[in-house]
Amino acid sequence: MSKRHVSAVVNGDPVEFLCTPEQTLLDVLRDDLDLTGSKECCSSGDCGACSVILDGRLVCSCLVLSAEAEGKRIETIEGMAKGEELHPLQRRFLEHAALQCGICTPGILIAAKALLEREPDPSETEVRFWLAGNLCRCTGYDKIVRAVLDTAAEMRRS
Amino acid sequence: MRYEAPETIDAAVALLGSVGRARPLAGGTDLLVQLRAGIVEPDLIVDLKKLPGLRTIAKEKGGFRIGAAVTGAELREHPDLRKVWPGVVEAANLIGSTQIQGRASLGGNLCNASPAADSVPALIAAGATVTIIGPGGQRELAVEAVASGPGKTILAKGEFVTSIFLPARPPRSADAYLRFIPRTEMDIAVVGCGVSLTLDQSGTCTAARVALGAVAERALLVAEAGAALIGSKLDAAAFEKLIAAARKACRPIDDKRGTKVFRIDIAGVLAQRTATIAAERARGQK
Ligand SMILES: Cc1cc2nc3c(=O)[nH]c(=O)nc-3n(C[C@H](O)[C@H](O)[C@H](O)COP(=O)(O)OP(=O)(O)OC[C@H]3O[C@@H](n4cnc5c(N)ncnc54)[C@H](O)[C@@H]3O)c2cc1C
Ligand code: FES
Ligand code: FES
Repeated sequence: MSKRHVSAVVNGDPVEFLCTPEQTLLDVLRDDLDLTGSKECCSSGDCGACSVILDGRLVCSCLVLSAEAEGKRIETIEGMAKGEELHPLQRRFLEHAALQCGICTPGILIAAKALLEREPDPSETEVRFWLAGNLCRCTGYDKIVRAVLDTAAEMRRS
Repeated sequence: MRYEAPETIDAAVALLGSVGRARPLAGGTDLLVQLRAGIVEPDLIVDLKKLPGLRTIAKEKGGFRIGAAVTGAELREHPDLRKVWPGVVEAANLIGSTQIQGRASLGGNLCNASPAADSVPALIAAGATVTIIGPGGQRELAVEAVASGPGKTILAKGEFVTSIFLPARPPRSADAYLRFIPRTEMDIAVVGCGVSLTLDQSGTCTAARVALGAVAERALLVAEAGAALIGSKLDAAAFEKLIAAARKACRPIDDKRGTKVFRIDIAGVLAQRTATIAAERARGQK
């Protein structure tokens, strides 16, 4: 089968890859670019574990064809820490023990980052609705929501 | 399977007409799920998002022309649209999660032809029309005429929707959409209801359209339900007629989300609640 050549920018770096029409953006991130932080769980848009930011919009990368990434900017969990320095959200998730198995965590961190970039002072209700597309079967969500609210407060102060 | 992202309408029409099984792609939130499940097996996917006008919202004749691939998030962020058509925007914004909102379009919601599609009853109530283009040229159609049954539309081979048009509104007009789901987020409507109405200065209803979703094989325009409101001050007697007309129009299925009896009952309840919200919004305008 003929492969398609795609150029995109992932976490600030230009990347090029060859993909088949069936491959999703998630497939390419994980299997070809070795960015395995984005997780594949449901493959149907329900769980949010594969969340990435595509040209500024939070999306499920399992519902994006890799060929659609041509010319796009993609932000994944791998771009969140600056070297050794964790993003405030990552730090607060650890402090609050807002994760257990961790499968949902990259998607939730990316989703929360997208929220705080748009709304630096979200209410608890806004956080819960914004994250409704990110399922977590371990934590019961409370610690996640608290970690996001605390990070927002910290980022507003600094 | 092949993927193409044409940049002209002519090229898209030619591609969609060229092979046996070709599918338009907008946000992919239905199509990719169906591809993965093997429900559809197209030979060609034609991405509509690079076509002129498919991603823009433009003012036209006092109304709005919305590109078929404009996303729910873009509808929400438009500065004027939700002031004029709050019901259409709230219906579109009920579709899925934040992630889904970043991709899901009105054109996809309509052409996927789920009887429970949330934006469709709101668009029908709004009197929205779609522009369709294909090998035979361009045509306009009322939204209620597009879906013909679950997963089926009247679109001919090679045809696709380029835009949705929401007309200009007289003063004291408003719309609303409500759905019943057993959860607060991320579920499929058991019943959905869109109402759009206009009041005169005395508060008498001069125009009303009521549409129901998930109570038949496709979303329905319920003319009798709209007629029940017209000429009234939206009093108890008018609401009683509205409820009866909404229930009478239902021909639902029994499934895990709700029984026939439950759906018919809820259709009446939702019609009244939705009409009440639309009326409050219309009264709130100068
Ligand atoms: C997790 C999740 C939750 C969801 N929740 C809801 C919900 O609450 N309510 C709801 O109504 N839906 C829901 N959906 C379904 C879906 O998101 C919507 O139907 C959405 O509006 C589809 O738009 P799209 O742009 O993604 O369509 P696509 O997936 O791109 O297309 C859908 C279908 O329409 C065709 N098509 C697309 N655009 C056109 C066009 N312009 N002309 C002709 N044909 C076209 C495609 O070929 C395909 O058959 C949900 C989906 C997921 C994955
Ligand atoms: S893997 Fe993409 S939403 Fe679950
Ligand atoms: S920590 Fe296990 S799914 Fe969220």
